[in-house]
Amino acid sequence: MTIPITRKIIFYLLLIISSMLVFSPTLMAFVMSFMTNQDIMTGSLPSSLTLDNYVKAFNQFPLLKYLFNSLVVSIVIMLGQLILSSLAAYAFVFLEFKGRDLLFYVFIATMMVPFEASIIPNFHIIRDLGWIDTYPGLTVPFFAMAFGTFLLRQNFKQIPKELREASQIAGMGDFKFYLTVVLPVARTSLVTLGVYGFLTSWNMYLWPLLSTTNDSVRTVQIGLKQLQTQEQLNDWGVIMAGAIIVVIPTLILLFLGQSKLQKGLTEGALK
Amino acid sequence: MSMHSTAIPATAGSQIHFDKVKRKQRIKNFFKGMLFLLPSIVLFGVFLFYPLVRTIYLSFFLTDAAGNTTVFVNWENYVNLFSSPVFLQSIKSTFLFVLYTVPVTIIIALFLAVIANEKLRGIGLFRTLYSSTMGISVAAASVFWLYLFHPSIGLLNMLLEAAGIDGVGWLTDPAWALIAVSITTIWMNLGFTFLILLGGLQSIDSYLYESADIDGAGYFYKLRRITIPMLSPSLFFVITVTIINAFQTFGQIDILTQGGPVNATNLIVYSIYREAFVNYQFGSASAQAVLLFIIILIMTFLQFKIGERRVHYQ
Amino acid sequence: MGQIDLIDISKSYDKQKNVLDEINLSIEEGEFFVLVGPSGSGKSTLLRMIAGLEDITSGTLKISDKIVNHLPPKDRNLSMVFQNYALYPHLSVEQNILFGLGAKKVNKKEQQKRLAETAEMMGLSELLNRKPKELSGGQKQRVALARSVVSEAPLCLMDEPLSNLDAKLRAQMRIEIRRLQKRLGLTMVYVTHDQVEAMTMGDRIMVLNDGKIQQVGKPITLYNEPENLFVASFIGSPKMNMGKAVYSMNQNQLVIEDTLRIAQGPDMDDIPGNIDLTVGIRAEHLLPGTAENTTHHLEAVNVEQLGNETLIAFDVGSTLWMAKWLGQWDVQVGEMVPVHIDSGNFCFFDSNTGLLIKSANFVKEQEVVSI
Repeated sequence: MTIPITRKIIFYLLLIISSMLVFSPTLMAFVMSFMTNQDIMTGSLPSSLTLDNYVKAFNQFPLLKYLFNSLVVSIVIMLGQLILSSLAAYAFVFLEFKGRDLLFYVFIATMMVPFEASIIPNFHIIRDLGWIDTYPGLTVPFFAMAFGTFLLRQNFKQIPKELREASQIAGMGDFKFYLTVVLPVARTSLVTLGVYGFLTSWNMYLWPLLSTTNDSVRTVQIGLKQLQTQEQLNDWGVIMAGAIIVVIPTLILLFLGQSKLQKGLTEGALK
Repeated sequence: MSMHSTAIPATAGSQIHFDKVKRKQRIKNFFKGMLFLLPSIVLFGVFLFYPLVRTIYLSFFLTDAAGNTTVFVNWENYVNLFSSPVFLQSIKSTFLFVLYTVPVTIIIALFLAVIANEKLRGIGLFRTLYSSTMGISVAAASVFWLYLFHPSIGLLNMLLEAAGIDGVGWLTDPAWALIAVSITTIWMNLGFTFLILLGGLQSIDSYLYESADIDGAGYFYKLRRITIPMLSPSLFFVITVTIINAFQTFGQIDILTQGGPVNATNLIVYSIYREAFVNYQFGSASAQAVLLFIIILIMTFLQFKIGERRVHYQ
Repeated sequence: MGQIDLIDISKSYDKQKNVLDEINLSIEEGEFFVLVGPSGSGKSTLLRMIAGLEDITSGTLKISDKIVNHLPPKDRNLSMVFQNYALYPHLSVEQNILFGLGAKKVNKKEQQKRLAETAEMMGLSELLNRKPKELSGGQKQRVALARSVVSEAPLCLMDEPLSNLDAKLRAQMRIEIRRLQKRLGLTMVYVTHDQVEAMTMGDRIMVLNDGKIQQVGKPITLYNEPENLFVASFIGSPKMNMGKAVYSMNQNQLVIEDTLRIAQGPDMDDIPGNIDLTVGIRAEHLLPGTAENTTHHLEAVNVEQLGNETLIAFDVGSTLWMAKWLGQWDVQVGEMVPVHIDSGNFCFFDSNTGLLIKSANFVKEQEVVSI
């Protein structure tokens, strides 16, 4: 079907205007991170572009350390979620045992408990375990994930059960089947869930704020808050440089995986 | 078939034996299933169910600064909450915040999804730009908007002044602060909501549109009669998620307003945080957390009750 | 004693109605045994019970004289081909074929030897590096067969393996599977809903309906001497023409569907007169009438020219009877066509029990002739 030219123009106009509105804060921050403080304070357009803000941000703050911490935390959470969700999803799809349906409802029920509502005892648990300012304290509470389990369950259900049966006749056990058939066949949705897990972990705010007290494992989000609150001089260029450093990894990941993410999330959301 | 008569005793004798094998197999299956689920169950238990129960328990006590229970106070924490103007303000702000953010987010995201669902050259770029806010963290987004809302050098006030309008104390004026936080939140949530709705749009069978084209249906007729009804499961999902997210808002507040001015943006999670980790009133904070839990439970329940009737599933 | 023995096998889910009811059956070594029935008859369930993929509710299953009820599929020494082929989408043809050997830890040299032989036999040598999605339906089917062949299990189970292929390919694969089975001396249990497949492939056929055995026998026996109305109408294409018949002793006539009157002949001597009868006649026995032997005139309501034969539907009371005449017949719709009906060609069934009272004579004569 061909779209009439006038309609095409209208759509392009709408698309361009709204994309400018949506993207302008990010773009503005990006430009500001290269501007001199002089230009920002006077509200003028950039008269010259400079990397000074980035140099300052890295010099005044252990941003590299924060970035490394965030990377570790995000990757560990992502892997933990992938492993636990795929194991659980496997059990819900391929194994038959007493109490399975009950456990499935338990998983659904976990979606109703917001992490924020149970944050006080969680903080105490981590503290009592001596996990404050450690990677386990930042990651382990997020490994179990009902949404990820559902998303993968949806995907595993599309694997013909005859594949499992054929492997049963061949004499293959469940764990080996999970490793050698289910995971490779479902790798697209594993990637989707991985990207999603990485994004949300990287962007986590409240928990790292509570469970870190010094720079040793502090993540970049909290680092950015520190940068913003400690930047007494109102040096917005440095703050924006910090913010851009924080969002660059996730933006790249999102741009690469946007279409996959969209497909995967839709499947997971709507069983 | 003489074989049958010889086989029958063997059958009878081995029937018990089979039952044993079957039972053993059932037990084995149960343990295998549990083994696959155990990691999730243990972590849910430790970091979700136990804390939930513990929260409820704490809400009936006074605690010391370390979080140990000291005095059992029965419902007193709850009674105090409902007679505290600060908390009532917090509840009011929270609901207002939900009201400000959810419908606007959905409508804008739906509009973006609809225009980004056209088959046009370069549409991929627009889709990427629209979904970009999903990749921007609370902290970064809040910093962006902190500048935009800055009273003297912020872009918004500069634009307003350039247009001859007096600047607004976005984050310092109690009348505007909640709106400013809402704007930030709407912008942040656009990416995710857009992505889900676009996915929903793309999963609508193109035959429906082709058939409508043959019937001579116009653009808006198709939008109203096909797109929106067929999109209802996705809409339902994003509405649920956005409402729940709105109730859990924290990062924006922490960076933009710290609950101020005069508690205008002291949303419930921020209020819990402050009560627990600034004032060390864990009992009272737990009572708030229990209320938050109940509110979200009711919201989810209502959603599903309404959704059951309204949503058109394929 | 057979290779597979089923003794009083029953299956029920949640103690509900039996999906399979007291199945007794013995399948011989090297036999091509077909389970046929409409969907929901329980034929796939039965096959899956033999495979070990479904629990047996009660009864005994023996393979090679050993009770195997409790054994997992891998210990039953059998292979299985699934309707959707169950190829692993992420593995190449080679890896798919070797999947079972790998799981059973057969040594690598032996694996390669068997792979080469099997691929050669199935004509897959050129395709070993492809992924399943790069194969045509027929090729996928061959890979599934190869997986079964390479296992060297003496017993092969197939669950509707041809139903995803188009008609032409299906006819070809029927021959290939049959040839493969004979060549390797496999014992084959083959499930299908297609009676043509059952007739053309099976050494013996079991017709299953509603979880009960209807008849077990050679294809030609099922065709000629269907034990009940279900088998009579299920086996054969076009299906056997049926009609309610009233037997009037005093008028010496059989009245079919209130319209056809057949004179009492010697064939009907042993038919009881006091019960409701259903008669059946095969389409090829509803013969064209010549000047001498025309017994009835029937109204043609539809004519199908197939080239080598002509199918004519006749109006008989409340039903249609099909006639299949060799060659090309110029019959017009609405025409009264002379036909020859020989009461010896009728099968007689008891309408109430559905059981066969007497099969067609014609058949027996022919059998004598052919021997």
